[in-house]
Amino acid sequence: MASTHVASSEAIAADNSVPVFYLTEEHAHAPGGATAFGFWIYLMSDCLVFASLFAVYGVIGGNFAGGPGPHELFELPLVAVNTAMLLFSSITYGFAMLAMEKRNIAHVQGWLAITGLFGAAFIGIELYEFGTLIAEGATPQSSGFLSAFFLLVGTHGLHVTIGIIWLVTLMVQVRRMGLVAANRRRLMCLSMFWHFLDVIWIGVFTFVYLMGML
Amino acid sequence: MLSQVWAFLFGRLSFESLPFHEPILVVTFIVVALGGIGLVAALTYYRLWSYLWHEWLTTVDHKRIGIMYMVLGIIMLLRGFADAIMMRSQQAIAFGGSEGYLPAHHYDQIFTAHGVIMIFFVAMPFVTGLMNYVVPLQIGARDVAFPFLNNFSFWMTVSGVVLVMASLFIGEFAKTGWLAYPPLSGLDASPDVGVDYYIWALQIAGVGTLLSGVNLVATIVKMRAPGMSMMKMPIFTWTALCTNILIVAAFPVLTAVLALLAADRYLGMNFFTNDLGGNAMMYINLVWIWGHPEVYILILPAFGVFSEVVSTFSGKRLFGYASMVYATVVITVLAYLVWLHHFFTMGSGASVNSFFGITTMIISIPTGAKMFNWLFTMYHGRIRFELPMLWSLAFMLTFVIGGMTGVMLAVPPADFVLHNSLFLVAHFHNVIIGGVLFGMFAGINFWFPKAFGFKLDRFWGLVSFWFWVVGFYAAFMPLYVLGLMGVTRRLRVFEDPSLQIWFVIAAGGAALIAIGILAFLIQLFVSIKNREKLRDTTGDPWNARTLEWSTSSPPPEYNFAFTPVIYDSDAWWDMKARGYQRPLDGYRPIHMPKNTGAGVILAGLAFLTGFGLVWYIWWLALVSFVALIGYAIAHTFNYDRDFTIPAEEVAETEHGRTALLGAGA
Amino acid sequence: MRRFQFLLLLPLLAGLGGCNFVVLDPSGHIAAEQRDLLIFATGLMLLIILPVMGLTVYFAWRYRHTNTEAEYDPEWHHSTVLELVVWAAPLAIIICLGAVTYLGTHLLDPYRPLTQVDRDRPLPEGTEPLQVEVVSLDWKWLFFYPQYGIATVNELAAPVDRPIHFKITSSGVMNAFYIPALAGMIYSMAGMETQLHAVINAEGDYEGFSSNYSGAGFSGMRFVFKGLDQAGFEEWIDAGRNADEALTAARYVELEKPSENVPVMRFSSVEDGLYNRILEMCVDPGTRCMSETMALDAQTAAGGREVALALCRSPFAIFNNDEAVVGRAKMTPIPATAETRLRGFSLATPSSDVRLTDARTDDDISNF
Repeated sequence: MASTHVASSEAIAADNSVPVFYLTEEHAHAPGGATAFGFWIYLMSDCLVFASLFAVYGVIGGNFAGGPGPHELFELPLVAVNTAMLLFSSITYGFAMLAMEKRNIAHVQGWLAITGLFGAAFIGIELYEFGTLIAEGATPQSSGFLSAFFLLVGTHGLHVTIGIIWLVTLMVQVRRMGLVAANRRRLMCLSMFWHFLDVIWIGVFTFVYLMGML
Repeated sequence: MLSQVWAFLFGRLSFESLPFHEPILVVTFIVVALGGIGLVAALTYYRLWSYLWHEWLTTVDHKRIGIMYMVLGIIMLLRGFADAIMMRSQQAIAFGGSEGYLPAHHYDQIFTAHGVIMIFFVAMPFVTGLMNYVVPLQIGARDVAFPFLNNFSFWMTVSGVVLVMASLFIGEFAKTGWLAYPPLSGLDASPDVGVDYYIWALQIAGVGTLLSGVNLVATIVKMRAPGMSMMKMPIFTWTALCTNILIVAAFPVLTAVLALLAADRYLGMNFFTNDLGGNAMMYINLVWIWGHPEVYILILPAFGVFSEVVSTFSGKRLFGYASMVYATVVITVLAYLVWLHHFFTMGSGASVNSFFGITTMIISIPTGAKMFNWLFTMYHGRIRFELPMLWSLAFMLTFVIGGMTGVMLAVPPADFVLHNSLFLVAHFHNVIIGGVLFGMFAGINFWFPKAFGFKLDRFWGLVSFWFWVVGFYAAFMPLYVLGLMGVTRRLRVFEDPSLQIWFVIAAGGAALIAIGILAFLIQLFVSIKNREKLRDTTGDPWNARTLEWSTSSPPPEYNFAFTPVIYDSDAWWDMKARGYQRPLDGYRPIHMPKNTGAGVILAGLAFLTGFGLVWYIWWLALVSFVALIGYAIAHTFNYDRDFTIPAEEVAETEHGRTALLGAGA
Repeated sequence: MRRFQFLLLLPLLAGLGGCNFVVLDPSGHIAAEQRDLLIFATGLMLLIILPVMGLTVYFAWRYRHTNTEAEYDPEWHHSTVLELVVWAAPLAIIICLGAVTYLGTHLLDPYRPLTQVDRDRPLPEGTEPLQVEVVSLDWKWLFFYPQYGIATVNELAAPVDRPIHFKITSSGVMNAFYIPALAGMIYSMAGMETQLHAVINAEGDYEGFSSNYSGAGFSGMRFVFKGLDQAGFEEWIDAGRNADEALTAARYVELEKPSENVPVMRFSSVEDGLYNRILEMCVDPGTRCMSETMALDAQTAAGGREVALALCRSPFAIFNNDEAVVGRAKMTPIPATAETRLRGFSLATPSSDVRLTDARTDDDISNF
């Protein structure tokens, strides 16, 4: 963007001895032009929160305090279903974005609703898993391993929950205001957020569940 | 029954939580309360509430937010310095069986609060405020990328400040040292509210800092005026960019590690506990993975200030612009590779220790290159000894000593004898006062005329300068000496009477610094009083070089009537040299963001959430957190966030300036 | 190193005869080596710091705006040669200092057994180091002498010129064990053991203390370190053996309770394995020692499904030193090898940290 301005102003400058030092037309940075970039920066910082939690899990994930470890606690089939929920939700969010490009409000709302349901299913299954573990006595308090496990997986779950709240908010806003530029921008940000959580979950699934079981 | 109702309503808060038994605190409270009442009365009497609310508290203008950050920093400097004076006087008298005047319970809070406040609520607001004010002007932008977020960030910082200040009068602050190492900060060793105040104050303020970092990175990357390529950015903007990248990449780690500590304390988890699989060393690693970059977050903008100041007052282009940029970037990267030098003594292997020792030393290479670049900027210059330049010279002479002692501490075997000693304390004050603080004073004296349209008084500026510099040396050189005598930090009482003289000298130094601070406040007051005499109508009182000096002082809310086009890293110097003519007509309407009170309200709710969590008042925490989320969502339903300044208004403002410039010429 | 010894005079020049610059004038070989390194680094850096400071003042004066004689070149901002110099000069210093640091860090690694008694005297073959086990408590120091069977609080003694091997742990919060005259400090942490090898070369009473803030009684967490001749040391040991009290686990539990400014205490004997139980955090009867827990965890990690499930089904069992459960776990204690730097619950045994120490013993290097 900047380069085109330079080109044009230098072209003007070539005609005069004194270069042009200001733009005569209002040089509007499109409102929200930096939003996607800024949000991406934010996601990278969020990624570092998860990186820290992964590191913590890496350090104390083997400290079972004489208690149970991944072999005894994790149920891979359940986690696989859960993973599928989140992956599907990412795909359906993609469909929502495609519909947004076509400005098809009904389809956008439909796909968003499906995405939200998948997300809710994910959270539901996760809560069920947590509930089962705690009922078995494997509470976050029992060992370093379980503390790290609950906090890492729980933080991801908290993010998904926030994503669902955001998604519902956006559905209301799209219904009220339509697919105006601001809403399209917000849908795009949530899209990045949602896919980001998917990537994080793949990390969780691999490092916590799969590697714990293998 | 009654006690249960009480416990529900007020958690663990009780009348015993109020420090009636501590006379120092009672007097402080009375003074603060009287001051507060006086302020409220004055605001009411002069009918300033509406002005304050509409023009300042709700503002999204980066310049006003920047100024508010600076005011916050100055206020908290007084608090942090009060702590410093108390420590210095305690250590100066607690000899020969004397317990001094501070019991451990109080003294331990003071040194913790001093560290926390000076880093998070003095240095950070100063640095953030300066960047907020200057960066958009330097890159020819109308505001930051996310003006509302900027307001919100500021108020979150204030919210953290209020929580820390509340701990002074309600309950207590942490007694753990400023980084709250577990197991000392764990529930077993610190069951009181102090560490909880610490956690939530830093978490809330941390949200503000992080978002402000995101904001400024996006601003610098996306909002530069046409023609300003990366290698044409002013050095201060470069250092601001690197600093904010560091913020974005370091603060999440602090957020995570404090969240884990909170999980230990609130949920009984086992991250940093001694038993059940916790590992306290993990906290120390993680907190320094944030903590070391934090040092560079503070010092890089100061380096930027010195670059601008030295080049401006030498009347000369900065020597080695490119190598300055590379040095900044190298420091940014290396900042992440040195954290372990804060705990060589924790038992890691010689290979690990020497790796981190050597990476630490490597940082001194780009830093040394910067020092030489400032030196050669002065070479063949015409140096005007205005206040900012004096601060810069004092910095150059002082900082090299701090750099040298820093490298000494980076040699692991030497660190084994100096770690945690007063030598270390002297070292980091040497770089933080001699680097960051001197930089902030240089910056304040440099940009004040831009922000307010008049210069700061030179006489009181000189008084402040000399008392600060001399006071610094008097206060901290004795600590180097004491460190070499094997005296460790955070001691409350001493046995060896031969040490006392050094502590007395150091306390004298602190008193000199107190005069320096007082002189600074007088400088502000006198300057405001004599503002007509000190008035600058040109907008460029120092014959400076970068874009912010091309607009009026103070700049109009839209900063620039026309977006500037840049050809050179010293854009304004270039414009002056090549016969730039200020446009006198053809104004266009300007699109600007509207003010909003959402930031204040959200931060207020965050404070209540934090307070509820500290005191186990669960209903309060829950209600205010839900309200926080709800209000944030409601805020997103407001789509009408911008307004347009009509062309006529722009023309009027600009014609006013034309008249002033004409009168001045 | 010797050529820099004149720098030792610097503090004296300050005319402060009454002051004890213990860090610059220690009485132990290790601390002396550390001091030498400190002074070497300082001297090396002064090579560049002093010219910079001098030039700053000179340029500021020379190019002051009132001096219109001085050359003024407002556009001069680049010189390839100068820029090479400004990067190369600090680089050269750091290469030199880095090399010294690498060697020094390995040679003065607190885990490395000594090879010298002092700068000039190699350690005689077959010298058995004095073993001292150190525990930091709230807020006092407990020292075990396993070779002599005694224990003391807030008083430590060692014969001159005999190497001392400290093993250090903590009962709760973190402290740092530091005797400036003897050697550098090292942290003490609960459930973990750090080590320090040192030797004292002169008789005298030296100050020792905690150099890592640990709470309210931290200021009073001091002890005397006595450097004694052989006869004096034996006498000191005898005095300990003749003390009235024995250190049993029960007495330790009482001792462990927070107390401040604790006077010297002596214990004539020590309950077997007490230090190890402190280290493994199982002094209280009914708590499981860490090595057992670690063995269990190792099995759990390897997929010891049955055992762990049994534990899991009776959640309270894991907190008890339940014989049956532990029995089924087929515990295999983890041997504490010589390479184990930090023994501890949460720590994997470090593999092979590159140790210069074992490979080289020649005096040139240790005296570099």
